[in-house]
Amino acid sequence: MKDSTTFPKLVGSDVLRVDVREKASGAAVFTDDIQFGNNLLHARIKRSPHPHALIKSIDTRKAEALPGVKAVVTGDDFPGKIGLYLKDRNIIARDRVRFIGEPVAGVAAVTEEIAEKALDLIQVEYEPLQAIFHPLDAIKPGAPLIHPDLGDYEVANFIFPKPGTNISNHFKVRKGDTEGAWKSCAAVVEREYYIPHIQHVPIETHVAVAEVSHSGKITLWSSSQSPFAQRDLIAKTLGVQTCDIRVIAHFVGGGFGCKAGVTMEALPIVIGMKVKGQPVKLRLTREEEFYTNFVRQALVIRLKMGCDKDGNMLAMENTMHWDGGASTEYGVNITRAGGYSCTGPYDIPNVKADSYCVYTNNTIGGPYRGFGMSELHTGIEQCVDELADEIGIDKVEFRLKNVVQGGDILATGMLMHPTGIKECIQKVAKAIDWGKQSQPSAPHKLRGKGIALMWKAPAMPPNPGSSATLKLNEDGTLLLGVGGQEIGQGAFTVAAQLAAATIGLPMDRVRVAWPVDTDYSPYEWQTVASRITWSMGNAVMAAANDVRKQIFEIVAEAWNENPEDLDILDGVVISKRTEKEIPLKDFAVYGIPKENYDGWIGGPIYGRGKFMPTYVTGLDKETGQGKRAVVHYTTGAQAFEVEIDSQTGKLEVIRAATAFDVGKAINPDLVKAQMEGGLVQGLSSALFEQMIFKDGEMQNPNFVDYRIATSVDLPKEILTFIVEVPQDDGPYGARGVGEHPMVPTIAGIANAIHDAASIRMQGPPFTAEKIYLAIQDQKK
Amino acid sequence: MAKHIINLTVNERKEQLEVPAHLTLLRMLRENLALTGTKNGCEAGECGACTVLLNGEPVNSCMVLAVECDGAEVMTVEGLTENGALDALQKAFIEENAIQCGFCTPGMLISAFALLQRNPKPDEIVIKEALVGNLCRCTGYERIVKAVKDAAVSSGRTR
Repeated sequence: MKDSTTFPKLVGSDVLRVDVREKASGAAVFTDDIQFGNNLLHARIKRSPHPHALIKSIDTRKAEALPGVKAVVTGDDFPGKIGLYLKDRNIIARDRVRFIGEPVAGVAAVTEEIAEKALDLIQVEYEPLQAIFHPLDAIKPGAPLIHPDLGDYEVANFIFPKPGTNISNHFKVRKGDTEGAWKSCAAVVEREYYIPHIQHVPIETHVAVAEVSHSGKITLWSSSQSPFAQRDLIAKTLGVQTCDIRVIAHFVGGGFGCKAGVTMEALPIVIGMKVKGQPVKLRLTREEEFYTNFVRQALVIRLKMGCDKDGNMLAMENTMHWDGGASTEYGVNITRAGGYSCTGPYDIPNVKADSYCVYTNNTIGGPYRGFGMSELHTGIEQCVDELADEIGIDKVEFRLKNVVQGGDILATGMLMHPTGIKECIQKVAKAIDWGKQSQPSAPHKLRGKGIALMWKAPAMPPNPGSSATLKLNEDGTLLLGVGGQEIGQGAFTVAAQLAAATIGLPMDRVRVAWPVDTDYSPYEWQTVASRITWSMGNAVMAAANDVRKQIFEIVAEAWNENPEDLDILDGVVISKRTEKEIPLKDFAVYGIPKENYDGWIGGPIYGRGKFMPTYVTGLDKETGQGKRAVVHYTTGAQAFEVEIDSQTGKLEVIRAATAFDVGKAINPDLVKAQMEGGLVQGLSSALFEQMIFKDGEMQNPNFVDYRIATSVDLPKEILTFIVEVPQDDGPYGARGVGEHPMVPTIAGIANAIHDAASIRMQGPPFTAEKIYLAIQDQKK
Repeated sequence: MAKHIINLTVNERKEQLEVPAHLTLLRMLRENLALTGTKNGCEAGECGACTVLLNGEPVNSCMVLAVECDGAEVMTVEGLTENGALDALQKAFIEENAIQCGFCTPGMLISAFALLQRNPKPDEIVIKEALVGNLCRCTGYERIVKAVKDAAVSSGRTR
């Protein structure tokens, strides 16, 4: 990592997004926009109306006979199990359904209307089973087993299912002696919170098109954060070679985690296998988007925290029961992340944590922007507030006293790296004039301020890889190949910036090759976990340095100089020793003639780079202890000033301040855009959002009954602060921040509500109705 | 299925189409005319991603039947650019970094364009209210509101 004074000028510069003109003109291509012509078939999915049932029989004959229907498939056609960390899911249900909306059959027809009609003609006979909708019911002795074969499933070596129960992962942390520590505490707070299911709500629903050729090659066009992971998982499940699947991923109309891994994308493939040579398209309706794909799972979190008389936190017990839903193929790792980050950003000597992933017959929980962390911090940060109150110390001061710092030994035994969380706290507290009371705008209104912190590590396997390629073109411009995906966060822009900066080119001479295409793009694990700027960024820098090395070898030979004396400025190779110079365009591809044209030096230059963290260790199954649990933690803080109308319960955010330690902001304006957008998404989850289930059936799968934040719900003022304590292995010191800005928001709002109205609710959303009723209750 | 012949103007071009009675304007634009800038986000009139101008008024094109558009004038996001040049609103969205995934952008632009047509100098509250039917999950709206304000100041354009 370089000293900040030596950064190339493009690092830390607000360059324009490379994709923005296409998006502003409406020309940007999303998967649903690709034209396939008249050959295209349309798929619809027959779904389970039962939360838990045995499938006794499926009769597809009438559907197959309907004119216009080209294929009907059922689960028995494709028996393999699929899943990222735990293979517990069928592409189409077999023998048993486990949630309302689970696919039981698929149809392809010449129109969507005919496909839809065909679904009604498929007759499925079910034998309903007892269903479970709450994780605490699912762990009771004698509860019906949702996955009786749990012990037979293939599972990652860091996930610990308990066959014979509904627990698909139990992650434990045991550090110090919590039992002994309570005796030394001057204050102890014990609380339980419930964080309900919410949905990602990308404005673009899931869409995938598959074509299976007669030679067996499968092409999948999908709106995806994970083209490579999809290729890998689907190939393994179908028993085909990876090279026989090609995933082409155009721009993604919002992901937030729901387009990671594999959800519905395998469905058009298995249908397409019956109609070779014809593309088959499946686009989820908004209703299907709400409850048939990943959602953010609910959490029951029980916390006990204690501190001494000076406010030093001494112990924490944290028990989490995650409502993983009918499949926990991805959810098991959310539970694990909740486990190793169980303390929040605090230095606590004695910790006992149990994080359980529990099967229920609710819809499938999956990764949602900062998975596990919003839910976890909603509990921790409210409980910390109450502990500070209990011991009588200012909440900002209490946090500054206990917050994690570089050199601390974390609950997992990992050594914490330097972090700027204290600076984040100070910045947001100052921004809302912490400690000063503001006047409400009317006598019946209540003002309050709240703060909440967060930390989050990229939650992933220990060894996810990135790679990048760079082609130097005839005119000295560059074509950058990456496998990370542009999902709105600005990944392509930052990648181009890093390439241009590292090689020494102006921004306008670098183009990113898109769409991501697994046949032509370099490998990337998944665009998740806020890992792309850091991990893919490192691969891009490695590729850029590879290009520089090749350039310098050619020029050094031509000029009879040392490569070490050469540099590239604005696309011109210069010698620091002889002051000779030559523009890249004069020798890219074709090389440099030797003196008197006595031969040539050079040739086409193709740079490649890779990155994979190699230092993450396993953690002990019984104690969660290990040398290094994660790659790093991004930390941050938010503070809010709110005003509540005591006559209606309506809440308005007067000021919102947000600060994150991003190591180094490669493109500060894009970082701020993430901070603002994440904050409003967090605010939406704090005030409005909840998937309401009745016996496993979602009651509000539309935007009228499931309300998300709109333009009129904005805080009056959003103040963003970038803190930069460099990451030792990040590109120019950068670490990720895409997910973090929504993590502390629910807790920050809850704490501000408490400050204003002295009320606490068990969980979000803090709707006007709930706030009003809580104020009434408290008056009694 | 009964089909109807309709004549209409889309982005100042005359079109004649034969459409089934149940076809929505959204699907007609996307599927018959390949104007895919107009996005399908819910097909229930709730998200605003499919907003177009119908005879100058912003509508959710998923809630309008194509046959209702016989004789009508329609403008989509593709109609905002003139001879390949971006409109002041589009430029403002770019300058303010008001675009992330870009899926809501076409509908957002059309709603904002309609607002500036009827009120060339809207204040912040008016802008927010004009965009309330256009859902965005990425940006948090603030930059979009700012971009509309910038465009109002910079252009005063009408079409």
